[in-house]
Parts: sequence; structure tokens; C-alpha cells
Amino acid sequence: METHGLDRILREHRFFAGLDEESCGVVCGCARNVRFEAGQYLFRAGESADQFYLLRHGRVALEVADPGRGAVTFQTVGEGEVVGVSWLIPPYRWTYDAKAVELVRAIAMDASCLRRKCEADHDLGYEMMKRFVPVLVDRLQTTRLQILDVYGSNG
Amino acid sequence: MLPRIARTRRRRRDGPAVWTLDIEMADGGPPAFAPGQFNMLTAFGVGEVPISVSGDPADPSRLVHTIRAVGPASTALARLGPGDALGLRGPFGVGWPMEQAVGRDVVVIAGGLGLAPLRPALYRLLAERERYGSIVLLYGTRSPDEIMFRRELESWRRRLDIDIEVTVDHAVGDWRGHVGVVTTLIPRSAFDPSSAVALVCGPEIMMRFAIASLQDSGVADDAIYLSMERNMKCAVGLCGHCQMGPVLVCRDGPVFRYDRIRSILAAREI
Repeated sequence: METHGLDRILREHRFFAGLDEESCGVVCGCARNVRFEAGQYLFRAGESADQFYLLRHGRVALEVADPGRGAVTFQTVGEGEVVGVSWLIPPYRWTYDAKAVELVRAIAMDASCLRRKCEADHDLGYEMMKRFVPVLVDRLQTTRLQILDVYGSNG
Repeated sequence: MLPRIARTRRRRRDGPAVWTLDIEMADGGPPAFAPGQFNMLTAFGVGEVPISVSGDPADPSRLVHTIRAVGPASTALARLGPGDALGLRGPFGVGWPMEQAVGRDVVVIAGGLGLAPLRPALYRLLAERERYGSIVLLYGTRSPDEIMFRRELESWRRRLDIDIEVTVDHAVGDWRGHVGVVTTLIPRSAFDPSSAVALVCGPEIMMRFAIASLQDSGVADDAIYLSMERNMKCAVGLCGHCQMGPVLVCRDGPVFRYDRIRSILAAREI
């Protein structure tokens, strides 16, 4: 019952839009429902990137710790979006913290499980890449804008 | 065109080095203005600068400008206290397309100080709410401390007929809102891109990225309007300081329809 429910949820999640039913079924085998209360961390910098999350509800703050200022949030991720791309790239370690700003409901994807399945089925792997590369590019572009500090005194 | 004498009635801090002046004319009523227009304000003995009007066009008793203290003239203006004199010429320029937006969804995208020239348009949109479709305000700034017109934003948010999303580039402490550049809010906003009108004001780089995101969402180039900023001196189309290719910002802008200046914005050097 849980698998059928997750299968439907995965198919309806924006991130997996367009993924065929068979692939959804394969991916679903690596998925489970999770929830985080406000203030709870999904993961911390330095930990093993063994999961990533598809957000169904709520907002997650991506933070880095600055000894002079405390936790600095550099991005928030919301409903329909994905938290975590480090699971794709060795050494599979998180480089920032991810904290639930409010109640978060998500689908946790077992990264090892999914990587194995992508290795075994390159078509599935390509479908994953097609979805994650735009996320990476989009975050790179927005990070560039943030670095430019366009709202500074000359902005 | 000689400046008229005005006096400061009130001065309020609206962010780091950002001040809003409420001024009154010494020789009569304030000049009527259209949302998006600007006045040339003179700090006597220092200089004259173009400042967008940031107040309510429907309130004839108040003339409001929001100034960032950057150079000598703007810094002198920002320091004016109640009763201090300043000079005023204007209003000048082409404003926001309020009539062209009637009957359509309106997406207002503001970055940093860019919210100031857009505030009169927001006042007009909300005062004549029934004439427009969905209204969305997307506002981005550097940090929570630099959010301008905070009380007003909170008041507007309590209305049920405007969607407001605020984002900051980074945050520390107890900020619970969006963090990320303002362009990331565009794909998530509820408006009909096929018929919406977009009003955009902010740093030019931010405007270019916002335009790209609007285009990706399906908004046509002739439905996007931006407020450009250049070094304006005479404000009446004579000196040429604000020339931008074939147009003069003071005379043909500062609000431009994007498709009319697309090639100018794309040029690296003009």
C-alpha cells in the first residue's frame, strides 16, 4: 500500500514530471516518506550524502556556518523542489546544512539505491541527469547573481 | 527650467543609507505626477540629482521621494531635516503603463531600491483594484535589514487581493522567508503569462535576469516594462548625458517597453 501511494506521489511531484511509469516504479523502490519539524536538520555539512529530498510541503533553508555570524542562509528551497545534489558527485558529502524552516513533508530518496539503479539502467540514469543538471545550472546562475551583490551601493 | 523651492516636512530612514523625504512646495501645491516619473532635486550649494517619486499619485498633499545617499548631492538631500529647503524641477519622463495594464494580470518585480519607483504604481493598482487582474509583487533585496517600506508591505500582504513574495540574497538569524535572487520567484508566481504585464525596476543586471525568466515563463517582450537609470542632468532632452543609443532616458524613459530597447540592452558598449 505504501509503495502504491509513493508511486503516485512520485509521479505527481513536479521534479519527476514526465517520467514513465516503469521508471517511476523503479525509483519508488528507493523512496520513503519523511517529515521534519521546524528547526530540525535534514542533514549537516560533512555528513555522507546518502539521501536527497523531494519537498512536498514546507521550506528548507540551506546554510553555512560562519564563525563570526552564525548560520548564514544562502538559499531556501520550497514545495516541488529538490534538496541535495551532492549525492550525484563523489565523494558524496554534504557541503552545507539543510534545516527545516517550518514543518516539512518530503520524499527521501536513498542515494546509494538510486545510484546502483542508474548504473544498471543508463536510460534511467539519463532521466535523472536531465532533471538534476538544470537544478545545478539554475543554482549556479542564481549564485552568480548573489556573488555580484547587485544591491550594493552601485546597484 | 528653474527649480521651485520646496521644504522637507518629514524624513524617515528606510534602510542603510536610504531615506524617504516627505516634502511640500513653498510656492503652492505639489506638482501632479504619473507613477514612474522623476523630479530633479537640488541640494543648494551641492548639486542636483534625478530622484523617482515614491509616493501616492492620488494623494496631492504629499510629495515623497526615496533617496539613497551615494554621492555628494544625494547625501546632502538625505540629510535634510524638517523645514530645510531644496529645489525641485519636474516631474519628468515617461511613467509606468497603468492604462495598458488595465484588464490584465500585473507582475511587479522590484530589486533593492527599485521598489521606490514602483511604489506609486502599486498605490495606483491597489486604489483601482477592480480594473486589473491578478497582481503579484516580487521583491528582492540583499538582506532582511534592507527591506524597504516594511510596514506597507505587511499591510498590503494582509489584503487578500495581491500576492507578495519577498526574498533576500542571504540571511542570518530568525529570517523565515525566501532566500535567493528575486528571479527565482518568477516561475512560482500565479499569473497568466500570455496576457500579463510586467513592471521591472532594480539593478540592471537583475533586470536582465528577470527579463530572461519572464520570457521563459511565456511573457512577451512587448508586455515587459523596465525603468532605466542613466546619468541625467538637464532632464529635458537637451544635454545628452542620459543618451542610451538612439534614446534619451530623461525624455523617452525612464520607463521603457522592453522590445523597444532590447538591442540597446544587449550591446556591451554604447
